[in-house]
Amino acid sequence: MLRFTIRRIFQIIPTVIVVALLIFVIFSVVPGSFAASLFSDGKTNADPKLIAQLNEQFGLNKPLHERFFTYMWDLARFDLGTSFRTRLPVIDMINDRIWASLKLAIAAMVFAIVIGVPLGFMAAMRPGSVLDTVTMIGAVSGLSLPQFWLGLLMMMLFALQLNWLPSFGYGDGAFRNLVLPAMALGVTPLALLARTTRAGVLDVMNADFIRTAHAKGMSEPQVVRWHVARNALVLIVTTVGLQFGSLIGQAVVIEKLFAWPGIGSLLVDSVAIRDIPVVQGTILVIVLWFLVINTAVDLIYAAIDPRIKQG
Amino acid sequence: MKLGFNIFLGGFLTLLVVFGGLFAHWLAPFDPVLDANLMNAEMPPDTEFWFGTDAQGRDVYSRILYGAQISLTVGIVSQLINTVIGVVLGMTAGYWGGWWDDFVNGLTNVMLAIPSLIFALAVMAVLGPGLVSLLIALGLTNWSWTCRIARSSTLSLKSQGYVQAAQTLGYSDLRIMFTQILPNMMGPILVMATLGMGGAVLSEAALSFLGLGIQPPFPSWGSMLTDAREMIRVAPWAAIFPGVAIFLSVLGFNLLGDGLRDSLDPHMRTRKL
Repeated sequence: MLRFTIRRIFQIIPTVIVVALLIFVIFSVVPGSFAASLFSDGKTNADPKLIAQLNEQFGLNKPLHERFFTYMWDLARFDLGTSFRTRLPVIDMINDRIWASLKLAIAAMVFAIVIGVPLGFMAAMRPGSVLDTVTMIGAVSGLSLPQFWLGLLMMMLFALQLNWLPSFGYGDGAFRNLVLPAMALGVTPLALLARTTRAGVLDVMNADFIRTAHAKGMSEPQVVRWHVARNALVLIVTTVGLQFGSLIGQAVVIEKLFAWPGIGSLLVDSVAIRDIPVVQGTILVIVLWFLVINTAVDLIYAAIDPRIKQG
Repeated sequence: MKLGFNIFLGGFLTLLVVFGGLFAHWLAPFDPVLDANLMNAEMPPDTEFWFGTDAQGRDVYSRILYGAQISLTVGIVSQLINTVIGVVLGMTAGYWGGWWDDFVNGLTNVMLAIPSLIFALAVMAVLGPGLVSLLIALGLTNWSWTCRIARSSTLSLKSQGYVQAAQTLGYSDLRIMFTQILPNMMGPILVMATLGMGGAVLSEAALSFLGLGIQPPFPSWGSMLTDAREMIRVAPWAAIFPGVAIFLSVLGFNLLGDGLRDSLDPHMRTRKL
C-alpha cells in the first residue's frame, strides 16, 4: 500500500509540469503585449515608454525560453509571480481566497451526498416505482440545469421575496451566506450521485453473491448492509471524488454570481483585466487541487477494494 | 420510461431549438437588437410581448429565438472541432501505437486534469471575448473523452478480420483508418458529440454570463441572464425565460445522447428502467 501511495503521489508531478508548460505556451502566443493591453482603453494607445517600463519590470522583454526557465524555477520554489494590477505576490492572493472556495466546495458536496446518495439508494431498491421515476427525471434535469440560473432563481425566491437568506456576499463566513451558493453548486453533483448510486446499487443487486446471501438465509437489511452498500460504495466514492475535484472549476460562475470571495471569482476578475500571472497561478492551483483529490480518491479506492492495487 | 422515450423527448426538444433558431427571422415579432424602446421597458408578459421585455424595452421572446442561433452555432461548431481532434488523435494513437500513442495518452491525461470551463476561460483570456474566441475555446477543451473512446475502439477494431484483410490487400494506414475503422466506431463518437453539445451550450451560457462570451447587444442566453440579474426584482421574467431556454435545449441534447447510447448498447438497455 505504501509503495502504491508513493507512486501515485509522484505521478502528479509530471502532469503539473506539463500543465504549467501548456499554460505558459497559451499565454505566450498572444498577439501584442500584455502591458499594452493593460493600459490601452481600446481607443488610444498606451504610452510606449510606460509599456517598455512595465515589460522591463515584469521581465516580458526577455526571450521566451529564458522566461520559461525563470517561470519554472520560480514555480519550483512556490513563487507564482506578481500580479500586474495589485503588485502583490500571486500566491498570497490565492492563499487569501482559497479557503472560501474550499468551504463552498465542501458545503456543496455535503449537500449533494446527504440528499443524492440516499435518493439513489431508495430508487434502486424499488426500480420502476414512482420514487424511482421521479428521482431519475430529477437527476436528468439536474444535469441539464445551468447552476448559475438556479442560483439566480433561488436568490430571487429565498433572498428577495421571502427574505430568509442573504442574496450575496461572504458575510464574515456566516452559515446563512453559504446556504444558497452551496445549494446552487451542489445540484449537479447531487443529480450525478443519485444516478450513479442507483446504477451501482442496481448492478450489485443483480450479482450472484447477493442471490447466494439470500439463499443462505440472510435477512434483507443484512444483505443491504453487508453486501450491497459496501460494494456500491466504491462507485459512490469515485463519483464523489471526481465531482469534488471538478467542483472548483464549476464554482467559478457561482462564486461570481454570489460575490463569493473564492479563487474562482479571482480567476474571472483576472481574466477580465488580463492579469496574466494571477490567471496562470489560479489555473495551476485549480489543476493541482483536481490532481490531489483524484490521487486521494485512488488511494481510498485501493483501501476499499484491494483488487485495484494489483491491477 | 419506455425505451425510446429519451430519444423521442430529446429529439423533440432539440428540433424545437433548431426550428426556433433557423426560423427566428420569421418567428420573432421584433428585432432582437434594434427594437429597443424605453417606453416598453420591463413590461410583464402579455399578448404583445409573450415573454415580457427587458430593461431596454426589447422583446425577450424575440431575443430568445435569436439566442438559439448562437447556442446552436457554438454547440455544433465546437463539437465538430472537438470530435475531429479527438477522433484523429485517438484513432492514430490506437492504430500506430508506440511513442505517438504515449504522447497522445499523456496529452489526454493533461487535458483531463484541467476543468474544461477553466481551460476555456484561459483561452478566452488570450483571445478576448467574442463568438470566434468562444468557438475556439470550447472547441479545444473537450476532446479528451472522444479521444479516449476513439483510441480504445481502434485498439479493439484493429484485430478484426476485415481490418487485417485490408492490411493484406496493401491499403495505406490512413485508408484503413478512415474506411474500415472510423465507420465502425461512429456510434459512440456520435453519442459523445451529442452529450458534448449540451455541455457546450452550458459553457457558452456561463462564459457569456461572466461577460467573456458574446458581447451585448447581441442576444446570447447567458448574457441575457447577466442583464436580467440587475433587474431581477422588477422584471423576473427576463431572468426566467432565457434560463428555461438553456435548460430545455441542454436537456434535449442530454436525453438524445442518453437515448442514442442506450439504443447502441444493448447491455445498457436491459439495465434501464
